[in-house]
Amino acid sequence: MENENYYQKIGLKVGLEVHQQLDVERKLFCNCPVTPQGDNAILSSFERRLRPTRSELGEIDIAAYFEWKRGRKYIYQSSENTSCLVEADEEPPHPINIEAVRVGLAFAHSVGSTPVDELHVMRKIVIDGSNTTGFQRTALLSIGGSIELSNGKKIRISTICVEEDSSKKLGEEDNNVIYDLERLGVPLLEISTQPDINTPEEAVETALTIGLMLRLTGKAKRGIGSVRQDLNISVRGGTKVEVKGVQELELLPLVIENEARRQLKLLEIKELLLQRGLKKEDIALNFVDITDVLSKTDSKVVKKLLSKENAVGLAICVPKMRGLLGMEIQPGKRFGTELSDYAKFWGGVKGIIHSDELPGYGLSINDVRAIYEKLKCSEEDAFIVIIDEERKAREGLRAVVDRLKMAFDGVPPETRAAMPDGTTRFMRPLPGSARMYPETDIPPLVITSELLSSAKQLAPPTPKEAIQLLVSEYNLNEELAKELLFDENYALFMDIAKLLGKGSYLKTVAWMLVQLRKALKREGFQVENITKEQYVSLSQKIYEEKITKEGVEEVIKYLCNNPSLSVDEVMDKLGLKPLDMEAINAIIKKIIEENAKIVEEKGEKAFGIIMGKAMEILRGRAQGKIVSELVRRNINEYLSAKKG
Amino acid sequence: MSNEYLFKRVKIKTKTGLEIEGTVLPRYALFSNEYLTIKLDNGYNIGIKKDNIVHIEEVERPPKREVVIYKLDEEAATKSSKTTKIILTGGTIASKIDYETGGVTPILTASELLEAIPELREITDIELESPMSIFSEEMTPHEWKRIAEIVAKELLSNPDRGLIIAHGTDTMGYTSAALSFALQNLPSPVALVGAQRSSDRPSSDSAFNLLAAALYATSNIGEVSVVMHGTISDTYALAHRGTRVRKMHTSRRDAFQSINSLPIAKILPYEKKIVLLRKDIKETKQEGFEAKTNFSDKVALIKFYPGMSGDVIDFLVDKGYRGIVIEGTGLGHVSLRLLNSIKRAVEQEAIVTMTSQCIFGTINMNVYSTGRKLLEAGVLPSADMLPETAFVKLSWLLGNYNDIDVVKKLYVTNLVGEIEYRRTISAFPRWYHGE
Repeated sequence: MENENYYQKIGLKVGLEVHQQLDVERKLFCNCPVTPQGDNAILSSFERRLRPTRSELGEIDIAAYFEWKRGRKYIYQSSENTSCLVEADEEPPHPINIEAVRVGLAFAHSVGSTPVDELHVMRKIVIDGSNTTGFQRTALLSIGGSIELSNGKKIRISTICVEEDSSKKLGEEDNNVIYDLERLGVPLLEISTQPDINTPEEAVETALTIGLMLRLTGKAKRGIGSVRQDLNISVRGGTKVEVKGVQELELLPLVIENEARRQLKLLEIKELLLQRGLKKEDIALNFVDITDVLSKTDSKVVKKLLSKENAVGLAICVPKMRGLLGMEIQPGKRFGTELSDYAKFWGGVKGIIHSDELPGYGLSINDVRAIYEKLKCSEEDAFIVIIDEERKAREGLRAVVDRLKMAFDGVPPETRAAMPDGTTRFMRPLPGSARMYPETDIPPLVITSELLSSAKQLAPPTPKEAIQLLVSEYNLNEELAKELLFDENYALFMDIAKLLGKGSYLKTVAWMLVQLRKALKREGFQVENITKEQYVSLSQKIYEEKITKEGVEEVIKYLCNNPSLSVDEVMDKLGLKPLDMEAINAIIKKIIEENAKIVEEKGEKAFGIIMGKAMEILRGRAQGKIVSELVRRNINEYLSAKKG
Repeated sequence: MSNEYLFKRVKIKTKTGLEIEGTVLPRYALFSNEYLTIKLDNGYNIGIKKDNIVHIEEVERPPKREVVIYKLDEEAATKSSKTTKIILTGGTIASKIDYETGGVTPILTASELLEAIPELREITDIELESPMSIFSEEMTPHEWKRIAEIVAKELLSNPDRGLIIAHGTDTMGYTSAALSFALQNLPSPVALVGAQRSSDRPSSDSAFNLLAAALYATSNIGEVSVVMHGTISDTYALAHRGTRVRKMHTSRRDAFQSINSLPIAKILPYEKKIVLLRKDIKETKQEGFEAKTNFSDKVALIKFYPGMSGDVIDFLVDKGYRGIVIEGTGLGHVSLRLLNSIKRAVEQEAIVTMTSQCIFGTINMNVYSTGRKLLEAGVLPSADMLPETAFVKLSWLLGNYNDIDVVKKLYVTNLVGEIEYRRTISAFPRWYHGE
């Protein structure tokens, strides 16, 4: 990972969009439950196609146009437990779920974002089939505000929106995409920041802080897929690039680092093009049919591609570009990959073959020479080949030429998808605001003062405030409070505190839920096996002082391997029934007698040694505090008896 | 305040602390007047309360962002040699979105329509006429006549051109019945088509339905049909006989279904295929085209309800109504409390007919004594005719025939497939009853 200076030098700017599913009862625009209940559902399925609509500029959603042109079909599977005619786009939407709006306003209040006076639901065109309507319903709730990072830096919020989640893609075969309607319509809060983030660390902290405050509303859904992050990334001289769908927070820094590097590399390529004296106009779309040359090669890849009906091999020569196409711009991805992505997207072809990766694909050096000859290319030129139906190959090469021309401007504005390896892949050109128009089926909602004041009651504390509260009300030290706040067990801690009441025992409970759990996890224990009930039961023991810290550790270790046992059963098995004072005293007395010499020599300073030996035996069966008291008392008694 | 700044770009500061810039948009008719609608640069609309505004000023519009408009390489579509006339009467089927206001405006030219649905060209070339633009619920027998006359004129001057009538869906079934009676022995097919999802959305059913209607209009089926989605999937459309079709759902794509009857054809728009479903389909004919386009507006369709009194019928008769179609209960009954009023109506030469509010099944007024008493009083049984079709038929008969006995005779006779004499087990929906 690069350091802060590096990011300052390259002028990294990142804006974050956090999408959080809300744990409210109903979906945003119908009466279906957000969390499905029961399982005896009727499953049905239907199929649709979506047709691109034109904007006022005559501009159509190009990605949508291609999907439609390819005769793309969307198959929706629905369970009647979780979806109704609204999700099927067979019934108009109901008025917006006021609960979701309230949670959004609560969050807005906490970050100082100003609500609008009247909420207008909009339709945002999305034609990948993930919305049965062909658009996502979304409404802008508030504008402005900020959050504060631990170093005091403020990250400004640009907008907070409430919107409907899309359907989950189940798979794709041939020209059919299959979606499940369960997730469609689940309320989401979208929190967008200004591009105030300058390092990957700040991005993580921003995401964590927003995520935490959302959780503190008590209305954030937990679990896989309940939070998703999109990023806007640019470097100095670069362009704003939108990166979609970072689900793992751990991946965030890597995605930012890779995307920043990709933009820098593209800027480097731009410089190289200029250095080589190239101009946009030099890149021309002069196809040459090289099917004859290709059909003479022994390459299995080429043969297979050519065996497709009506397949031809079309090539273009790109002057003075040799070596540039092979430049690595992301780990494992070359400039050629970008060209290939464009060819795939616009041409619907399988990919491209370019000279910087040859010899390869079974093409020999002689084959490469033959292609150079056929194209009348010189040594310093590069070439690009597409093998497919002629029309597709042409479209593909046209896209390649367009992309090559964009290289003279550096970084093209794009929407890219985050990949699991932390790299990004071209998804589509950056959409314009023309994709948005009013949802005429839903009247605007007035944000009344009643609504605002009821929202204030849900308003989450800022992280700072929440930590202070944990310190002052729950007896935690600041470090533990901070750790707990960001921990997955925070909600459980609050539940326990509510159940058993406040008190100093909570320090031990927090230690168990956070620090002990993490430590044991590092040691390889399966702490995921511990149930909420088991933690509650252990907390009860802690509260009643029936177990020591050491005992808690022993019990959890044992439970990790035997998760079906109860806490009482484990304590029995481990002999962790606490000893009474008399028994403890007897044990300590015995230890002192066995170590009489040391005690006589060291006097009161023998405490440490005796204490250690005592705990070896008593760990988990007596509280350290009591043991230490008894050790001290017994040493004193022993010494005064000796003296006397 | 709103008018002054309408469509202008403004900068606004509010008491609550908002500082925004955007374009002022018109408010919909029923929206509260106390707010301004502002379109922000990110595309969102928001409402700002007028008395929350502390400062508003017009500002210069920033230069429009250069939008890359991709010129699409349109493949040369195989252009059809056929031509179809499309008559737009209103409804959402042929409309487009105005992104600035969010309003839906009608498509008015053939080229606009072809631009929106380019595949149409592969089936047929089109000509567009837009004689009216009214909501479905505003249609009256007067509009049925106008539409019938336009269609008749078209069929007489270009007998080899099929016709598509784009219509709002709510009363499309009535208009299709009206045209079925008014225009008989058709030289070319006549299709009514609508949309349950407006055309401005990517999931609209209008293109699918229109393509199916175009296939129908270029076939040799000599009947008036309603062409709409067959299921909620984009797989096939159905052509329903104009007198047998009813809107059975408020919002589903497949709301239109043939009642007590099988549709005329299944139409697969993507495969460009028509599958005929019946043996009694009339083919187009070069001779014998008949247009009787009058409708009486002195016919009422009333629904019997428990406790209903004869006053309703008396009122209609006193107002000069010449035909009363009753949606009775079950096999065709109303309370005997109404008997005197019905007798009075018949004495005054009004025609009183009976249909069933069960929708499915046929009238049979011989089973119970109430039915027999109503028949005795002069009520005409409507067999398995849909109440709406019966209403349109009586309106048409009274509009075109003066002899009341002829009207009565024709009313109980099947003219264009509105009455059928067999009802099969399968012609009833299967409802869901749990596992």
